[in-house]
Amino acid sequence: MEIAKEYLKIDMLEGPLMVLSGVENASYGEIIKIRVKGDKDRLGKVIRLEDKTVVAQVFEGTSGLSATNASVRFTGRPFELVMSPDILGRSFDGIGRPIDGGGPIYGNLRYNINGRPINPVARKYPRDYIETGVSSIDTLITLIRGQKLPIFSGNGLPHNELAAQIVRQAKLSGTSSDKFAVVFTAIGVKHDDADYFRRSFEDSGAIDKVVMFVNLADDPIVERVSTPRCALTTAEYLAFELGYHVLVVMTDLTSYCEALREVSSAREEVPSRKGYPGYLYSDLASLYERAGMLHSREGSITFLPILTMPNDDISHPIPDLTGYITEGQIVLSRELHQDNVYPPINVLPSLSRLMKDGIGEGYTTKEHPDVANQLFSCYSKVQDIRSLAQIIGESDLTETDQRYMAFGRAFESQFVRQHLDESRDIKKSLDIAWEVLSILPRTELDRLSTDIIDAFYRG
Amino acid sequence: MRQMHDRGRIKMVNGPVVGATDMTGYKMREMVMVGHLKLIGEIIAIEGNDATIQVYEETEGLKIGEPVTSTGKPLSLKLGPGLLGNIFDGIERPLLEIEKNNPGFINEGIGMIAIDETVLWKVEMDVVVGQHLLQGMCMASFQETPLIEFRWIVPPGVEGEVTWCAPSGEYNIIEPLVKIRNREGDEESLCLLQEWPVRSPRPVSERLALSKPLLTGQRVLDIFFPIAKGGTAAIPGGFGTGKTMTQHQLAKWSDADIIVYIGCGERGNEMTDVLEQFPRLIDPASGRPIMDRTVLIANTSNMPVAAREASIYTGITIAEYYRDMGYDVAIMADSTSRWAEALREISGRLEEMPAEDGYPAYLPSRLAEFYERAGYVRTMEGRDASVTIIGAVSPAGGDFSEPVTENTKRFVNAFLALDKKLAYARHYPSIHWLNSYSGYIKILAPWYAAHVSADLVELRAEMIRLLFEENKLADIVQLVGEDVLPDDQRLILEVSKVLKIGFLQQNAFHKDDTYVPIQKQYRMLTVIAHLYERGLEAVRKGIPISVVRNESLFERVIKMKYDIPNDDLTGLDVLTEQIDDYFDSLIKKYA
Repeated sequence: MEIAKEYLKIDMLEGPLMVLSGVENASYGEIIKIRVKGDKDRLGKVIRLEDKTVVAQVFEGTSGLSATNASVRFTGRPFELVMSPDILGRSFDGIGRPIDGGGPIYGNLRYNINGRPINPVARKYPRDYIETGVSSIDTLITLIRGQKLPIFSGNGLPHNELAAQIVRQAKLSGTSSDKFAVVFTAIGVKHDDADYFRRSFEDSGAIDKVVMFVNLADDPIVERVSTPRCALTTAEYLAFELGYHVLVVMTDLTSYCEALREVSSAREEVPSRKGYPGYLYSDLASLYERAGMLHSREGSITFLPILTMPNDDISHPIPDLTGYITEGQIVLSRELHQDNVYPPINVLPSLSRLMKDGIGEGYTTKEHPDVANQLFSCYSKVQDIRSLAQIIGESDLTETDQRYMAFGRAFESQFVRQHLDESRDIKKSLDIAWEVLSILPRTELDRLSTDIIDAFYRG
Repeated sequence: MRQMHDRGRIKMVNGPVVGATDMTGYKMREMVMVGHLKLIGEIIAIEGNDATIQVYEETEGLKIGEPVTSTGKPLSLKLGPGLLGNIFDGIERPLLEIEKNNPGFINEGIGMIAIDETVLWKVEMDVVVGQHLLQGMCMASFQETPLIEFRWIVPPGVEGEVTWCAPSGEYNIIEPLVKIRNREGDEESLCLLQEWPVRSPRPVSERLALSKPLLTGQRVLDIFFPIAKGGTAAIPGGFGTGKTMTQHQLAKWSDADIIVYIGCGERGNEMTDVLEQFPRLIDPASGRPIMDRTVLIANTSNMPVAAREASIYTGITIAEYYRDMGYDVAIMADSTSRWAEALREISGRLEEMPAEDGYPAYLPSRLAEFYERAGYVRTMEGRDASVTIIGAVSPAGGDFSEPVTENTKRFVNAFLALDKKLAYARHYPSIHWLNSYSGYIKILAPWYAAHVSADLVELRAEMIRLLFEENKLADIVQLVGEDVLPDDQRLILEVSKVLKIGFLQQNAFHKDDTYVPIQKQYRMLTVIAHLYERGLEAVRKGIPISVVRNESLFERVIKMKYDIPNDDLTGLDVLTEQIDDYFDSLIKKYA
């Protein structure tokens, strides 16, 4: 082991980046320590090597650094976190330093936060459904253990409440609750949002099983790029080493992408859509794809990222690229929210891709898939009829169309709407589904077979 | 032969792009080993003494000054028996083998492993000493899987007289089985394994005109928007519109001999799904699991991006290899947009001047190069064979005017536009009948006339016209409601609904409906056309639409896809009679 050199002269400082020259033996991606007199130590990461010149990004930002007031040391190691079972119940900042007043984590297992890609042949196809107690999700957008299912929301919509409700109510079929853990990750969120989650975990008594990584809105932006990776590394450790079923809740991915854009533009990279870097897709995939289950290990990682769509635009690059990677999405609607429907889930653009293999006979009930299909198809028809009613008035609609209008209202106010503390099991949810479907004439139920209609229709 | 050397040294690292110096003697597109871990890379630019390398593995931990070793050859695939039923990464490394050595995750520095060299194959030799071999000739054959016969052909560019050959027996892929003396008088030995550079198309004797459809058992494709064997098709659609689902259906049911499925930058669980499903699914033609005819290439979205760029070429090269044995091969690339984005990412790191949306200016030419490797050909051996390419496109924001969709449109002949609104209503496959097109209708008309019915093309045009009319009427209905339309127009609305729900919609999870033979597809369409004809006749006689649109009759037509089994179409005759009976008595009543 050679003696670590210290570099005392910084060539260039710009935004979150610093450039050093004359560096020997640096490796791509390694962590550097920056010591400034009279200030806390800072960490940085090598993001470009060219001959003896090193470009590094400084997690805590470069303010207060000068060309000569700092000494830089290369650690020779990539960004690693120390793991031990003691991390359960702890809180960390965006790059994994304890912020709960407790001591550091000791252990001899160190994990590179970038992880490694899961081999597709090692994956176990997720099939066990998670009952969230939310009718619209359980019936129409069923969450499956090991799935990555984002919530697409907008500013001011109750996505945090919904996420907290899911964490509180989620029942994993067939597992004992003591193997259940939550990794909560806040990226650039407001203090009160982070507090809301903490309180919600405390109230439900789950706090001992929660690991928190918190990067608040006023914390350094560059840290944000590492925050989700720290959280997912922890989740991988809990799931694949200790056998926990881990639910990762992450809010807000939009802040993460913005941090990425900021670093990218500081690096003068060629931008693609809306100034986001061309590798945004690969970068997001390297996060989302860490969810899943493995044949060779016990646990699972279910990933529930939350992102706020800028200007409620679902075609914005962040929700767009996310939707291409994740296994579906839960979309919240401002209209429903204003209509006093909680949770304001717009089921039409929402989707759970893994649902087809996790519901039906042997999982939920035999008729569930057909009922879900029928609800989608009827509610989609309601949209057309509503726009017609806007023009000609509801009273001029045909009788069938009027029944559709009534169905639409009942669907939103009885089926979708439920109380923040209300947990409905799948039986109850399907029961309400039949209640609202029975508003429609029998003949309109074209996705259901005759015997199912005979058994459940109440018209 | 050039000596292996390791003079090169790393001088720059930027993500998957690595710069090296002291690289004189290295060639463009040469495969190299980078660093002490021997990561696999490919030279993509040379300037003086320096070279730029794209690296197919994670580059974290590389240091300035680490060696770059030459392999002396371009990025090549190892081709031989053992590909079928297997799953590989973007540069043909077997994922099952990697899993065995390192359970769970993919590590770096695995090296260049490919198909299993230890398996013994029962080879039936078909050459004799003294025979003059030409490229493309078959030297031996045996069953690679119960479904597919492996034909060992003389590699392109090889020719000579056989001086020695092994007797029939069990051999692995690296044992020499034939020795020939080539034109220069040198002796060359041939084994089952051969190598081929991924970026070069394999030669064929000649290209033939397309004439046969790739039958898929999917109604909206086989009848409305057919794909020809040897043709090209693109499936664009925003997320959630069912691209992957459609690709899976094609991989499962299309009547190609071999399927090469490339999961390019998509979800890991989708590949897992294929891996779990395909061995259980039975091919309707042969009764064997469809995995026996499938090769899977997986570069999921979290695997290294440079290998994503290569995965498309790996897939097409394997497809061409089986084509040269005389097979019809279909290749599904899901999704070509991820490949284009990989090009963009690497181009960005090279600081090239971007064209539209940050994509490099050579995007159209790369797309053309890829799609042009499809074709219906006569192989060197003289057999007819084909490679059909079906590429999914994932347009950003679901907007078809973005560069990848736009450019792909120029190079494909069938365009199967997936529609978000149809997907929201759970109308699958969500291929939109007005936005899609197939340039193969004319070419395939003689085939349809000879094998299905002479009036199929005419019938199809008539049905598309009906849907087009319906689309115009729907706009009016949106404004004033359905009641004000005259009855003949309301009939169009009603019959279009039957056409959409009863014909275009197809249930991939229903045992009969997931795959429908072309004969039944055609007969179903004639029943709907007949319903329209008789309905129109009644409406013209002044019979009100409320009676013409008989609930139970229309219902029976809609449900015929479920109620009438694929192997017994007499139900369709009965249904036609019922339509006639109903309208005959109706017309009599109102006369």
